[in-house]
Amino acid sequence: MPETPLPSPDLTLDTSGRLCPYPIVEIARAMKTLASGAVVCVVATDPGIVTDMPMWCRATRNQHLGTFREGAAFRSWVRKGIPA
Amino acid sequence: MSAPKAIAMISGGLDSTLALALVKRQGIEVKAVNFYTGLCITETQRRKGGRPDGTIPRNEALRAASDLEVEIEYVDVSDQGYLELIVNPRHGYGSNANPCVDCRIFMMRKAREIMEREGASFVFTGEVVGQRPKSQRRDTMRAVERESGLEGRLVRPLSALLLAPSIPEKEGILDRSRLLGISGRSRQPQIRLARELGIEDWPQPAGGCCYLTDEAFSRKFFDILDAREEAGEERRILREDLVLLSTGRHFRLSPRVKMIVGRSEGENGVLDAYAGGRARLLARDLNGPVALVEGTATWEERQLAARIVARYGKGKDLPEVAIDWIEDGVPETLLVPPETDEARIEAMRI
Repeated sequence: MPETPLPSPDLTLDTSGRLCPYPIVEIARAMKTLASGAVVCVVATDPGIVTDMPMWCRATRNQHLGTFREGAAFRSWVRKGIPA
Repeated sequence: MSAPKAIAMISGGLDSTLALALVKRQGIEVKAVNFYTGLCITETQRRKGGRPDGTIPRNEALRAASDLEVEIEYVDVSDQGYLELIVNPRHGYGSNANPCVDCRIFMMRKAREIMEREGASFVFTGEVVGQRPKSQRRDTMRAVERESGLEGRLVRPLSALLLAPSIPEKEGILDRSRLLGISGRSRQPQIRLARELGIEDWPQPAGGCCYLTDEAFSRKFFDILDAREEAGEERRILREDLVLLSTGRHFRLSPRVKMIVGRSEGENGVLDAYAGGRARLLARDLNGPVALVEGTATWEERQLAARIVARYGKGKDLPEVAIDWIEDGVPETLLVPPETDEARIEAMRI
């Protein structure tokens, strides 16, 4: 887990059991409905999220706050948009 | 006025990454699309927990979009329409079960829809004239462009100077003089260009990431179609067939009965998930593979399947192994000697 506490998410997306690229497809869809600055937590069992989420955030100019393993699953925090 | 927009069809390989960079540096807003067919070898490795050495392959399309800061959309095309296409390709197969020409037309039609929806001016790809024996021949590339409905609006930036000018080039949206005239199978021009453009990271050419280009996969693919046809069923492939075709060792015990044996913990997990409607076999007291049997097996075939499961488990040197045969949730134990006749096993391997 991270040393500094993460913000509580505005939305949690559970993609457990779904495989690459679905965790990314689902966050992309959800982001369209959220305001800039909103925080999303994606729960995934696909270990690919560890590399995918930072890359997706870079490609789409969102802020990757961190991806952490929690038992068999991973939790990935993303903030919509890049703070000025 | 906002910047003109284009849709990039990318795999994340070197060629599509370069195409992306060439168009983007002309000040064009690019949206990348990557098609999910369910047939990507890398994706399948990821879903089984990574490579044998424990590393997890990257999603290269996402890596390319990320490196070039381009928005990317995944388009799931792994539905029945695509499955029908791979069973009945109008333009035929390549050297294995790869209907590359039909597949390209199919994806380019989807890209055209996205282009129209996004108000983009054109679609582009990393195709290089003469790079592939069939699908990237100049005449085939023209036919694909025509049949996809993208005539004049499909740009191949790496080979553009060898092709007729496209509409965006004629309209001045794209500067033709900044596009290239690369052809053939050598990758040296692309590697030089990557250095010039400051692109340092790309995957090694894999000769295609698609299972349909794989000889062993193709054998199993056509085996299913032939077996269904012989049984008087429709010659078709289902989504779950594709998952199972890329999982485990496959044996045909008879025209109507087939067996799949897991090769790793990851594959055993996949087979467990697809046990519905099939018999599931595993050794009772020993570590070993999970196996699935499809079709109604005779007593002899059940014995044979159990012996094969015993052969691939920890009890392969024991005189007898207890194998659980679980069908419709009902377990039955078969006590069998492991199969020792390797030639017999090989003869059944698909």
